[in-house]
Amino acid sequence: MEIRTDFNRRLREIQDDILIMGSMVEAAIITSIKALKERDIDIAKQLISDDALINRKRFEIEEKCIKLIATQQPLAGDLRTIISVLNILTELERIGDYAAGISKIVLMIGNEEHLKPLIDIPRMADKTTLMLRKSLDAFIKQDADKARAVIAEDDDVDNLYDQVFRELLTFMIEDPRTITRATRLIWAAHNLERSADRVTNICERIIYIVTGKMEELGASNY
Amino acid sequence: MTEYNFNGQNCHGDKIKAKNLNFYYGSFQALRDINLDIPGCAITAIIGPSGCGKSSFLRLLNRMNDLIYGSRIEGTIELDGKNIFDRDVDVVELRKNVGMVFQKPNPFPISIFDNIAFGPKQHGKKSKIELEEIVENSLKQAALWDEVKDKLGQSALALSGGQQQRLCIARVLSVEPEVILMDEPCSALDPMATLKIEDLMRTLAKNYTIIIVTHNMQQAARVSDTTAFFMMEPDRAGSLVEYGSTSEIFTNPKDKRTEDYITGRFG
Repeated sequence: MEIRTDFNRRLREIQDDILIMGSMVEAAIITSIKALKERDIDIAKQLISDDALINRKRFEIEEKCIKLIATQQPLAGDLRTIISVLNILTELERIGDYAAGISKIVLMIGNEEHLKPLIDIPRMADKTTLMLRKSLDAFIKQDADKARAVIAEDDDVDNLYDQVFRELLTFMIEDPRTITRATRLIWAAHNLERSADRVTNICERIIYIVTGKMEELGASNY
Repeated sequence: MTEYNFNGQNCHGDKIKAKNLNFYYGSFQALRDINLDIPGCAITAIIGPSGCGKSSFLRLLNRMNDLIYGSRIEGTIELDGKNIFDRDVDVVELRKNVGMVFQKPNPFPISIFDNIAFGPKQHGKKSKIELEEIVENSLKQAALWDEVKDKLGQSALALSGGQQQRLCIARVLSVEPEVILMDEPCSALDPMATLKIEDLMRTLAKNYTIIIVTHNMQQAARVSDTTAFFMMEPDRAGSLVEYGSTSEIFTNPKDKRTEDYITGRFG
């Protein structure tokens, strides 16, 4: 017979909520890059206002965690899970902010043509959202090895960011009139680079849930 | 360097060492192969499900089980390096050094003053001035003095449950013990009285070695420095599953059984 049925149910509910919030954030990143690629101001505006939904979800989950701590006195693995969820929430919420940040850049760009077709920035977004999905999978499966593997993938995002930066630098050197446009794209790429770093933070929390050890693994170059 | 505290106790290192301890009630084995080193001037909590032998272990520490017909011990328990089961150990002296507070407050039906003075009198202290001093000191240490100083002559039974339990702690302190055993000392008390006793325990731990048996996991987590988790084996003998710093046991226990117990998955 399962003991603490109610507690287990509520803990699972929180885990499900993290998945829901994770997919909201993932969709935000994907949409923000679509808006950037297509310079679609309407989508960008919608995304900026939808960020409030992610923030609301975060507070909703946080409240459930606080209630569980206050009423159920979770310990050991349960305590580590709930404390880590509180941290993961912050990371997810920040990734949502980065997506909103990219949308604000889209508004700044307006109807201006891009310097070149965007290739590496969408790649960075694909890679980052894949990392995010894998990290949430590791969270549900409580798999520290999977979490470590995701952290290792951050180097790919960093390398792409380097590439974007170098390429845009050449545009700026050749023609200083491109500086404004190039800088905006660097900002967008930087938002993605930071998002991937946040995913590595999520993975560190997953490792803590499983092992009880705090490990600093995702040391980014930026 | 050896450090001594105000009552001349060695606070450095382990105060009590249980080695290969087995304990039987007749043919029934209640404890199996317990090896446990208890640090001095600290609080050690013993937790575990009912029947896991935690109270039996506690009672062995001042040989309360001597009184149980048919009980038998193998192995040793050393107090400051001396086996308490040795033939030359004076049990009365041992119980003076290793005092005990029980689940239900059990003051004698006499005055507050006489409750505290009872032990010292038994141990030969006769002078009124000396006894007054002991009573005042003991009550102060037990954080009860301010509440009872004007009614020392009144019956101890008129005190509240929490006050009675602090009186019992003062009674233990009056004979200057080094170790205090507490068997569920707060289970009959309300939350406020419980917190008072817990505060008191933290203060006393500077000078005394305290071992507490508790069913209240949060209490163990709140007050103790080290925690031992006992469990019943399939043949019902109690054994020590895990022992370590309280923060480690409650955040990251090594043994799955400890994790399951403290997270309420069994027991």
